[in-house]
Amino acid sequence: MKNRGYYGKFGGAFLPEILVATFDELEIAFEDLKSDPAFWDEYSALMSSYSCRPTPLTFAANLTREFNGAKIYIKREDLNHTGAHKANNVMGQGLMVRKMGKKRVIAETGAGQHGVATATMAAKFGLDCTIYMGEVDVLRQRPNVFWMEQLGATVVPVKDGTRILKDAINEAFRDWVTNMDTTHYVLGTACGPHPFPEMVAYFQSIIGKEARQQILKIEGKLPSRVYACVGGGSNALGLFSGFLNDPVDLVGVEAGGRGLQSGMHASRLCSKDARPGIAQGYKTYFLQDNDGQMKETHSISAGLDYIGVSPILSHMNETGRARFESATDDEVIAALKLTMVKEGIIPALESAHAFAQAFKEAPGLSKEDAIIINQSGRGDKDIFTVAEAFNDPKWKDFIIGKAATYHA
Amino acid sequence: MLESYIKERRKTKDILLMTHMVLGYPSFEACFDIVEQMVEAGVDLMELQIPFSEPMADGPVILTANQKALQTGTTVPKCLEFAETVSKDFPIPFLFMTYANIPYQYGMEKFAAKMAALNMRGAIIPDLPPEEGEDYIQAMRHNNLDPIFIFSPETSDERLSYLSSLASGFVYCTARKGVTGKKTRFSEDLSAYLSRCRKAVSLPLAVGFGVREKADVEFLKSRADIAVIGSETIRVVEEKGISAVGEFIRSIR
Repeated sequence: MKNRGYYGKFGGAFLPEILVATFDELEIAFEDLKSDPAFWDEYSALMSSYSCRPTPLTFAANLTREFNGAKIYIKREDLNHTGAHKANNVMGQGLMVRKMGKKRVIAETGAGQHGVATATMAAKFGLDCTIYMGEVDVLRQRPNVFWMEQLGATVVPVKDGTRILKDAINEAFRDWVTNMDTTHYVLGTACGPHPFPEMVAYFQSIIGKEARQQILKIEGKLPSRVYACVGGGSNALGLFSGFLNDPVDLVGVEAGGRGLQSGMHASRLCSKDARPGIAQGYKTYFLQDNDGQMKETHSISAGLDYIGVSPILSHMNETGRARFESATDDEVIAALKLTMVKEGIIPALESAHAFAQAFKEAPGLSKEDAIIINQSGRGDKDIFTVAEAFNDPKWKDFIIGKAATYHA
Repeated sequence: MLESYIKERRKTKDILLMTHMVLGYPSFEACFDIVEQMVEAGVDLMELQIPFSEPMADGPVILTANQKALQTGTTVPKCLEFAETVSKDFPIPFLFMTYANIPYQYGMEKFAAKMAALNMRGAIIPDLPPEEGEDYIQAMRHNNLDPIFIFSPETSDERLSYLSSLASGFVYCTARKGVTGKKTRFSEDLSAYLSRCRKAVSLPLAVGFGVREKADVEFLKSRADIAVIGSETIRVVEEKGISAVGEFIRSIR
């Protein structure tokens, strides 16, 4: 192993021997690309023609008035192709796969966004594509499964373990240890063995680079605080990376589920329920029992429903460079509803966690302060999940009626 | 230490057998009966796997066994208790196989000391390469235990010699890419890889992954010192019941 990728005491590469050579190769490919002065331009050009980069920074005038404190800005990652920041990472890794000459990609997906983004990339670059998805998620995210399959990917429902995101990651690794000669594993977040955390954060740093330039242009100064939701942590690292050397508070918002006291949550950094552990190839805070077995997590948003968190964020938590808070399912629904009616913007349930926390803090800041909320994804494509979370009776009638027509 | 035990046994046997079980699957009572049959049938060493919720290197058979063991309440203390019983009751060396988080949560030094107290002889931890395992290696050495390292067909010659410099007891050679329990082609390629391993290390070689039947074990004679039977015995138990284990073991060597 060439480099183990530690951030303080977190990170590393806890690899089965069979994958050591593959990771050495991956690390070299990534180092080559980072040191290639033409690469970032190639990547930016692709993202501006195939996706919608730079994504806008929207001033939320009505929300600002509502809370009567800091000026609220929203970084619009929802306007990316496939509707989320996931595209940034996937297209970056896609360019790398082409350089490595591999012909097949695999990926895990929870809610399905990363799977859909990977399937689009595979279609565009002419790669075979297999997506691993927990059986529970396949059942609750059928629209995304539909799109992945239409885009030409094979979706494999994972029936082991808790049948959600973490199990899909395990299964993707099991595929990779067999097929590493032909296949690249497009890991979807800044977790897993080195160099994935660094690599995913590198591609996502396009968010922070743009946001910093945009706020300086509009406001003529830096924001006081920036907010991002934290599942694995890739959208948060993307935004934070733009402000690491600035006097800006970085706030990560985890899934509080039914409340930190309930045990039904996915808060690794801001609850007392997680501690450092080793799983899925890296060391970080994991929600686990005394023996070290991983626990079940809970969140209204599938994208934040994960046992671990980026080792880079675990380190930022320890050093105090970033602050981590949580928002409960109920707070998230309220923040989503308010954002829709005030701004006509529909954040994904994941992103709505960042909104919820920002809304708690905005009134306490002065009118001179500006804050940025990262809208990592858009909510309208999650219509089934959001409608269910809203418990909307008219939607239920529609589904029942629609189902009846299929029986006819 | 294991090296001398293995070399001594090899004087009278052309290949040794190491078997594997997932502790608590299907139950601890069943596990005890399986150990008893295996030892009676002449098994030379045994791996006792402490189940883990994320067994990344294991294929479907062992993966399912891990999950079922955890679902039925298998805990680390219960596994340790079982290990103490069998290592007292049976005259062969026992090793733990598990994933890094289990000893990490227990405390590496404390875990190794506990192993020594239970008369366990070594451990195989597939997601703990030596670069990440400094504390583990030290703790094992303090307690006169063997940390078993793994060679794979993808491992470069340079790395084989690095791993050899840290290894003790024996080396576990995975016969192919992939996870446990799938079919392996016992071929010229495997033979060439095993002679590469032989050149890299003077310790005995164990070969596992896909060893299922007599012909596989035959192939490994003269090329390795230990044949490792993992998933296949779990399959035998699932398909034919616990009582079939002894006969299966006798049929393959």
